[in-house]
Amino acid sequence: MDFRFTEEQIMLREMVRDFAQNELKPLARQIDEQEEIPDEIIKKIAELGLLGAAFPPEYGGSGFGELGYCIIQEEIGRVCSSTATFIGAHQSIGTNALFIGGSEELKQKYMPALTSGEKIAAFALTEQGAGSDAFNLKTKAELVGDEWIINGEKMWITNAPIADIFSVFARTNRGISAFIVEKNFPGVSTGAPEKKLGIRGSKTSTVTFENVRVPKENLIGAEGKGFLIAMKTLDAGRLGLGAACLGACKELLEMSVAYAKTRKQFNEPIANFQAVQFMIAEMATQIYTTESLVYRTAYKYDKKEMLSRDSAIVKLVSSEALDRCVDLAMQIHGGMGYSRELPIERYYRDSRINRIFEGTSEIQKLVIAHDILKRNGKM
Amino acid sequence: MNVLICISRVPDTATKIVVGSDGKTIDNQGVKFIINPYDEYAIEEGLRIKEKFGGSVTAVTVGSEQSSDILRTALAMGVEKATIIKAPEIFDSYFVAYNLAEYAKSIKPDIILLGRQSVDFDSFQIPSLLAGLIDYNLVTVVSKLTIDANKIICERDVEGGKEIVETNLPCIISAQKGLNEPRYPKLPDIMKAKSKPIEILEAKPTDLKMEVISMEIPMKQRIGKILSDSDEDINELVRLLHEEAKVI
Ligand SMILES: Cc1cc2nc3c(=O)[nH]c(=O)nc-3n(C[C@H](O)[C@H](O)[C@H](O)COP(=O)(O)OP(=O)(O)OC[C@H]3O[C@@H](n4cnc5c(N)ncnc54)[C@H](O)[C@@H]3O)c2cc1C
Ligand SMILES: Cc1cc2nc3c(=O)[nH]c(=O)nc-3n(C[C@H](O)[C@H](O)[C@H](O)COP(=O)(O)OP(=O)(O)OC[C@H]3O[C@@H](n4cnc5c(N)ncnc54)[C@H](O)[C@@H]3O)c2cc1C
Repeated sequence: MDFRFTEEQIMLREMVRDFAQNELKPLARQIDEQEEIPDEIIKKIAELGLLGAAFPPEYGGSGFGELGYCIIQEEIGRVCSSTATFIGAHQSIGTNALFIGGSEELKQKYMPALTSGEKIAAFALTEQGAGSDAFNLKTKAELVGDEWIINGEKMWITNAPIADIFSVFARTNRGISAFIVEKNFPGVSTGAPEKKLGIRGSKTSTVTFENVRVPKENLIGAEGKGFLIAMKTLDAGRLGLGAACLGACKELLEMSVAYAKTRKQFNEPIANFQAVQFMIAEMATQIYTTESLVYRTAYKYDKKEMLSRDSAIVKLVSSEALDRCVDLAMQIHGGMGYSRELPIERYYRDSRINRIFEGTSEIQKLVIAHDILKRNGKM
Repeated sequence: MNVLICISRVPDTATKIVVGSDGKTIDNQGVKFIINPYDEYAIEEGLRIKEKFGGSVTAVTVGSEQSSDILRTALAMGVEKATIIKAPEIFDSYFVAYNLAEYAKSIKPDIILLGRQSVDFDSFQIPSLLAGLIDYNLVTVVSKLTIDANKIICERDVEGGKEIVETNLPCIISAQKGLNEPRYPKLPDIMKAKSKPIEILEAKPTDLKMEVISMEIPMKQRIGKILSDSDEDINELVRLLHEEAKVI
């Protein structure tokens, strides 16, 4: 057993950290206030190779695997959750559905432009009546001659307003199937960006398909395998989401400690009070737990040994850990934490979504419990 | 145009320095080392010269075999080949300059780029010593470099203005902040760095021209206060200036 990162992984982290701290952190407040990630920063992220990091070089990626991807998301998640969400929806679910399920030809056709960031991806599963119960989706795809005709509406689709390529899940004769749909196919339209509590820079909207004609070969994998592809894709998405939560927790702890050591009350730094120390201890404990889970699970993912249950556990623990840490960070900062002058309130708003999207905490528990019951309690 | 870049491996500027038990060296335990920040400008400039004029970029450091960590980063930025000249535990600036000179003689670069200073010992000596030892032209603390055929035009920051210096090849340039914006290594290049060669050479010994007798951390830290730009802190600043510093 060897828990050390490789030389390349360390270099990756250092590069992404420098980039995130120097280029992204100064923009994080603007991204939140203007509800938009500037194109120039997306371009820089793409040029560094961050949008295809996980994928093999054959598809234009740089072969860092899920573990490298988690390192990236941890460092990005430290400074800007909107950007981490953008990267996650593009890479870990939008593009990953194609990588996991697509034929060689389809991957060769679409992946290079996605891994280079020339085109942006989104993952379109959720519908009005199909949130936690994603299987209940109603969007239809019908094979007519050499084309699929898709009709229906997706909602809550991250990146939809800026995406060029959608992984779309729709009902066909043989169950749920997955498709690659280009935004510029006639009949595809996206709604106005939702107004949200947090991750405001990440744009989310509806996507409507009105008699959209999609080439037959844009079916991802076999017909009827779409739901399986969606679930496998979310297994990866949940893990990366955990990594982004981890980064935010670490940043919050560092900010909290710096504040607790300088803020004086009763003639003492508040860090001297045991009640504050307990909060710091709890944050550190949450971080150590989350960090251990994220990288152990990423390692298993790259060895193709990860169970769906594992990443559900990561997602459950890390999203709850971040909510706890952000709450404690605000408590340590007192009134200043509540003020918009400091970034704590932004982290507070950004954090909450992690217990909801990519499957709510309750749904993670269902995934975990179903698996454990199936195995008669054997881990 | 063949470029040689000399890189110094220094403790991360955020590191808390602890003096070793011998009272003469820094305790390296748990210290993170990085590329000397000024040398990043040298690397970037070297890469730009190669991209414009062709040729090759080699990096060299005098130090321990552990220096491979910083050299890998240089390789990921785009340097093609890197060399470690293995030094004993105790050495001085002359030793470094002498060994850099010997190496430079063996590969005959057109231009040698260094940082203006190494932020560990800050002696500012290496570029000058090196120029003396190999008889290349030298321009130090350069904040803008233009190469036009054999003509090298350098801008130097001087008190209250700029100085423009012209020289020709072969030459040694030491880099000042502002020379350029060092690039971040791209992901595919980080992967490729692994397969690029790092050569390890034995250093040639020199007599110590300087010896560290003792080293200590300044006892009294300056008692600075850092205040934010909040209204509360601005009031505090006025109070401190008035009551403690008694300047207003
Ligand atoms: C900002 C944002 C971005 C999103 N991005 C995407 C995206 O890119 N792609 C995409 O496809 N989707 C996306 N979603 C959708 C997201 O995955 C869903 O919102 C989420 O799965 C929950 O579905 P719902 O909102 O319909 O809630 P519901 O399913 O209506 O759940 C409401 C409550 O009921 C609980 N509940 C439901 N079923 C059960 C059960 N069986 N047992 C116990 N409790 C249950 C839930 O846990 C929750 O507390 C996004 C959502 C948001 C808000
Ligand atoms: C009196 C004295 C004693 C020392 N004793 C020791 C010791 O016992 N052990 C020890 O580890 N270090 C020791 N050092 C430090 C050692 O000499 C290194 O050279 C030091 O890291 C940087 O040297 P400098 O301050 O002279 O560089 P500067 O002249 O300030 O550096 C200018 C530029 O020269 C180049 N450069 C500097 N150092 C190197 C290098 N090593 N390899 C390649 N290029 C370089 C870089 O481009 C740098 O930006 C000692 C230094 C002094 C002054």
